Amino acid sequence: MADTLGSSQLSTVKAPLFREVKKGEVRKHLISLTVRNELGVLARIAILIAGKGYNIEGLSVGETHEKGISQMTLEVIGDDVVIEQVVKQLRKLIDTLKVKDITDVPHVERELALIKVYTATPRARDEVLRLVEIFRARIVDVSPETYTVEITGTEDKIQAFIDLVRPFGIKEMARTGKVAMKRESTPQEED
Amino acid sequence: MPRKGADIVIEALKEEGVEIVFGIPGGAIMEVYDALYRDGGIKHILARHEQGAGHMAEGYAKATGKVGVAIATSGPGATNLVTAIADAYMDSVPVVFITGQVPTHLIGNDAFQEVDIIGITRPITKHNFLVKRIEDLPLIIRQAFYIAKTGRPGPVLIDIPKDITQKLSDVKIPSLEEVKESLPGYKPHLEGNLQQIKKAIRLMVEAKRPVLYLGGGAVQAEAQKELIELAELMKIPVTTTNMGKGSFPEDHPLALHMLGMHGTYYANMAVYNCDLLIAVGARFDDRVTGKIEEFAPQAKIIHIDIDPASISKNIVVDVPIVGDVKIVLRRLLEELRREAVKILYPEERQKWIEQIEKWKKRYPLTYSRSDKVIKPQYVIEQIYQATKGEAIITTGVGQHQMWAAMFYKYSFPRQFINSGGLGTMGFGLPAGIGAKIGRPKREVFVIDGDGSFMMTMQEIITAVQYKVPVKVAIINNSYLGMVRQWQELFYDRRYAEVDLSVQPDFVKLAEACGAVGFRAEKPSDVREIIEEALRIQDKPVIMDFHVDKEENVFPMVPAGKSYREMILHDGKKPIEAETMYLVG
Repeated sequence: MADTLGSSQLSTVKAPLFREVKKGEVRKHLISLTVRNELGVLARIAILIAGKGYNIEGLSVGETHEKGISQMTLEVIGDDVVIEQVVKQLRKLIDTLKVKDITDVPHVERELALIKVYTATPRARDEVLRLVEIFRARIVDVSPETYTVEITGTEDKIQAFIDLVRPFGIKEMARTGKVAMKRESTPQEED
Repeated sequence: MPRKGADIVIEALKEEGVEIVFGIPGGAIMEVYDALYRDGGIKHILARHEQGAGHMAEGYAKATGKVGVAIATSGPGATNLVTAIADAYMDSVPVVFITGQVPTHLIGNDAFQEVDIIGITRPITKHNFLVKRIEDLPLIIRQAFYIAKTGRPGPVLIDIPKDITQKLSDVKIPSLEEVKESLPGYKPHLEGNLQQIKKAIRLMVEAKRPVLYLGGGAVQAEAQKELIELAELMKIPVTTTNMGKGSFPEDHPLALHMLGMHGTYYANMAVYNCDLLIAVGARFDDRVTGKIEEFAPQAKIIHIDIDPASISKNIVVDVPIVGDVKIVLRRLLEELRREAVKILYPEERQKWIEQIEKWKKRYPLTYSRSDKVIKPQYVIEQIYQATKGEAIITTGVGQHQMWAAMFYKYSFPRQFINSGGLGTMGFGLPAGIGAKIGRPKREVFVIDGDGSFMMTMQEIITAVQYKVPVKVAIINNSYLGMVRQWQELFYDRRYAEVDLSVQPDFVKLAEACGAVGFRAEKPSDVREIIEEALRIQDKPVIMDFHVDKEENVFPMVPAGKSYREMILHDGKKPIEAETMYLVG
């Protein structure tokens, strides 16, 4: 068919051509935000992330040394490419001052957990107390049935502690979600 | 001097240069209406439904480039605005929506006509505000206008509790500098990065088969002069999206017209075969790209856009340039001239242009003409000729919208006003009223479908009241035509709930409303009626064109498919698939 110019000028190929579509790895991302403490700022951020079909896995918010400015750390499991998009859209919000995905940059992260463990027997009390010492945690409340342990550290450390006390029976647990901060200089050894 | 919150609203609106607002009063917003009445300096258009007011404000904003303003009361007034807000959000239209709210002490109590409009509109506004202190009121109004019109424009909503409009305060209206300082997290990026601009120039110089792809951002930036200069200087053919129409004159020899789902054969062929695609103020919408893996599969991509979040959203680009389209293009043209850049392969460029000419000749935009039934495309062509291509066209959504996009040739920005992103049926009439009010010297034609028209037809009364002489051309096929077309093509002609043959007599309806009505049932009536309508300048006109019921919109790339699967006007695929490809 004389639809294209002759092969002497432009040649035709038969195989279809495809554009590469970038797909990222799905993993947990840690996003650090500095925001103005305005009405509805958290709702705006939550709606934006929910709108991408993602769940917020962890969240911590608190005021910084500057009045009216809050620091927020978000944990979201998602595709690298989509998260990059989410970060750009978070930056567009009027009340966000700084947004950074710090998953792959050197950073310090900490989380605090309160864990109420059943310690009805003397053996359980001894064992939990020993674990508390090893993990440099603290017992902040005691009842005849339970110890309430406060532990801070990285996600791994807290998870390891939880796994170790789980056999005694956990009555209740609350975690703060991570707070994280970019490191200023070269990475130092953690803990 | 202490004055009521409602008076502060009017004062701040005037400071922003607002001359006209669209809306409907109600309990929670009455103080603001009282202040409007007492002041008398701002014209108000009383719509018949808040959605109409919202679309009028959009039409006004789209036609003039100014910020549109729509006002409604709390509760149902506010929720009736929601479609218009979402529409403005999707098409980046600068509109400030002001809603009344129940008094502060009743918020959250399920009070009469209370709704959490801030929560409802959070995902569909660029930003929204609940005014909690009267002292914040003037700053918030000025912030709203600043946010709505700068950067990538968009809708901003201000929710004002009734007690705030009643309280007294002597708070001053802040200056623009104070407004900017109060928004430390909002700094639109306007200047393009020079290194990126140089990279873009290098790609343009090296390209053998370049195409410019212009979107709504190119219209908003009003960069027509720069775009023509770039296209002519570098010999680059230009295609526009539905939203980008008018950013480049469609009678220009380099114009390829629209691309995408209902794009022209030659535009889609050019995009499919190009080796460089220069996207300007466009966002690679699925209605444009079809199957993303096969969109411009051989091309490097340059993307100029004011919104950093639009870059590499749907498609990975090679050279992103974040900035205002007009500023970036000016900079780019300066560089081109300063370095006296020459195209590297002028012969290939020439062949490319010739190839496109062949495609244009092979399958121009066309349809099967008839002297028995009125073809919808024929009506659009006649409107085009009768208005000498100089009218502003607004549309609803559906087949008529696509025919209006194809068969009217647009030559200036803000000439074609329709609902692109959200696809809101019923947009055409209210948007046309807003456009005509904003640009009274231009003829404004509302090319509407019978289905779309019936969704907001109450606004014809608004047009009668304010003597707005819009010309409504109903492309009446007694169907929800686009749905019927899809049912014909993809659902084996099972026409589920698309029959609109029970409908008002639109001529009588026009007369009942105090407008003028005409009906055309044969092709020879068409031009005569349009000419007749053009002579009426003191009231709206409804022209009811009874067209071929089962006419389809072609070319068409079925949703999510590759351009290779384009269907032409005779319902056939254009050519053997392999001849779609060129390799230079």
